[in-house]
Amino acid sequence: MDTGDPRELVQLLTPEGERVHHPDYDVELTDDEYRGLYRDLALVRRIDVEATALQRQGELGLWASLLGQEAAQVGSGRALRPDDFAFPTYREHGVAHTRGVDPLQLLALFRGVSNGGWDPHEHNFALYTIVIGNQCLHAVGYAMGVQKDQAESAVIAYFGDGASSQGDVNESFIWAAVFNAPVVFFCQNNQWAISEPLEKQTRIPLYRRAAGFGFPGIRVDGNDVLAVLAVTRAFLARAREGGGPGLIEAFTYRMGAHTTSDDPTRYRLASDLEAWKLKDPIERVRSFLWRQQLADQSFFDGVEAEAETLALRLRDGCRSMPDPGPEQIFDYVYAEPHPLVAAERAELTAYLATFAGGHQ
Amino acid sequence: MTETVTMAKALTLGLRRALEDDPKVLIMGEDVGKLGGVFRITDGLQKDFGEHRVIDTPLAESGIAGTAVGLAMRGYRPVVEIQFDGFVYPAFDQIVSQVAKMHARSKGDVPMPLVIRIPYGGGIGAVEHHSESPEAYFAHTAGLRVVSPSNPVDAYWMVQQAVRCPDPVVFFEPKRRYWEKAELDVAVEPAEPLFAGRVARPGRDVTVACYGPMVRTCLDAATAAQQEGRDVEVLDLRTLSPLDLDLIADSVGRTGRLVVVHEASVFLGLGAEIAARVQERCFYLLQAPVLRVGGYHAPYPPSRLEEHYLPDLDRVLDAVDRVMEF
Repeated sequence: MDTGDPRELVQLLTPEGERVHHPDYDVELTDDEYRGLYRDLALVRRIDVEATALQRQGELGLWASLLGQEAAQVGSGRALRPDDFAFPTYREHGVAHTRGVDPLQLLALFRGVSNGGWDPHEHNFALYTIVIGNQCLHAVGYAMGVQKDQAESAVIAYFGDGASSQGDVNESFIWAAVFNAPVVFFCQNNQWAISEPLEKQTRIPLYRRAAGFGFPGIRVDGNDVLAVLAVTRAFLARAREGGGPGLIEAFTYRMGAHTTSDDPTRYRLASDLEAWKLKDPIERVRSFLWRQQLADQSFFDGVEAEAETLALRLRDGCRSMPDPGPEQIFDYVYAEPHPLVAAERAELTAYLATFAGGHQ
Repeated sequence: MTETVTMAKALTLGLRRALEDDPKVLIMGEDVGKLGGVFRITDGLQKDFGEHRVIDTPLAESGIAGTAVGLAMRGYRPVVEIQFDGFVYPAFDQIVSQVAKMHARSKGDVPMPLVIRIPYGGGIGAVEHHSESPEAYFAHTAGLRVVSPSNPVDAYWMVQQAVRCPDPVVFFEPKRRYWEKAELDVAVEPAEPLFAGRVARPGRDVTVACYGPMVRTCLDAATAAQQEGRDVEVLDLRTLSPLDLDLIADSVGRTGRLVVVHEASVFLGLGAEIAARVQERCFYLLQAPVLRVGGYHAPYPPSRLEEHYLPDLDRVLDAVDRVMEF
């Protein structure tokens, strides 16, 4: 399999935290912004660790960990302007953080008290989409609307290496190209679709597929938050200016299981994981901040304390989250009253009333 | 010589035997190889039969069903796995437009001997799209046969019979019963054909017809009803298309009362068809209206609500009471 030319990988921060330069992509950030990215990464990882623990304690039905993908998500999320719109999969907890979604709303979904969780219009962040690849077409449609409104906003569609095989994703590429839609396709290639390695989905690097659809594609070091930020900013700006769609392949690694229901020891080698640990997206920023004297121990201690406080809030908030009432099964099925839904709701209410001490 | 097996293990053994019996049998799906499927139904099969027969596919359900059509045209017998009920819809077009119609369009020149296995139903506390019961969509489509085993022994034999069937079979596996156990004797194939139901528990007062995950629930309800002096007959339909209407009509002829139970929503579900057919055939024998117990006309709820959506022992007994007291 053609795994791509390593020289084509955009990187601005090496795994050792050394700042390097690229002829086409760069970012100049203030000291506060650099520190802010570290804070984002650390908080997002803490959310993930806490959610995984809550699942183990039986408080969540499931959790899809983003471990290892923090930089891809924070970098791309922070590249968005407030008026841009993001369409996530079910693993974009880091993007959700950058869009101001309360992580408790993510937990509500995985706890099983909601099938949604937040108002997409409040955050310009669509609901999580579990069916693989469906959201890419939604993103293109939304972008076509932006274009019709002559608004200068862009749309970003998240998906994974597995989803790149889906018809919906390929159709979304075609639509975006034909209508020159202001959409950026952001593929987090984390190398694994549950148990299937990348070569089960493709024989060429994913970013090169873009050429066949008629728009630019690029591969970025997905564990380098600066490179992801720079490239995503450039692609979003191009889309806003009428330049059309683009595909970003963020080359990263799913450090955890597919979800808490999965057991990756059945299908992949521990040595791969060890190799990727050396490319950790957070450690390199920490090294960079130290190296450049942009942060001192009190800063890192402060972020750690903030993360602890956040984790505590999530733990308490999750455990005290009330179960919805049975009749809420019928809420919002339709926008307008529906006689069958009304009849079935009444039927359930009457049935539950037959249990003197309450049902179950 | 019997062994105690779970339904999951019985399916694995059945598929293994199907692969042994016919070199044209292939298994295809997402994660069916090294992982053995997310429910481990194909556990060990790739290791023993090779990657050319147990095939990890790209992540695309339309592709899985569509390429199965081509392989069937070339003389293979693909057994494809759709990972979860809610993921079958990208394949729906291929299944309804091509798989179901090919035999008729080609006047029998191109049979479609493929099996589409779908773990279905709720009760496992899963996230959205992992607990659905879409069987009526498929049973509604002419050209497809639709079956659902309820126990390990049926699972073992029915999956092999489905593979041997010259028509396409949509094979619904009740995922919440994957871990229930039974004694399996692999030497003795039951005499009953694939497309026949069975009396799972004889009774005189009322017939409860169900299939797949609800058979266990209804048998438990029948046991509870016995304590109240009601003798409930439970029919395990096993086949949804064709329906074993003789079995149902015979039972209703004896009891005069029928309750149909399924997890799928009641509106236009299998129960609607069964109720209509029964009133055609048993109008003068019915002592009470046919009642249906099932899911509501609402999206499958988040898991913390599913106990209220799914028919349980109490809801089945409530319906039994109502037909008895009519």
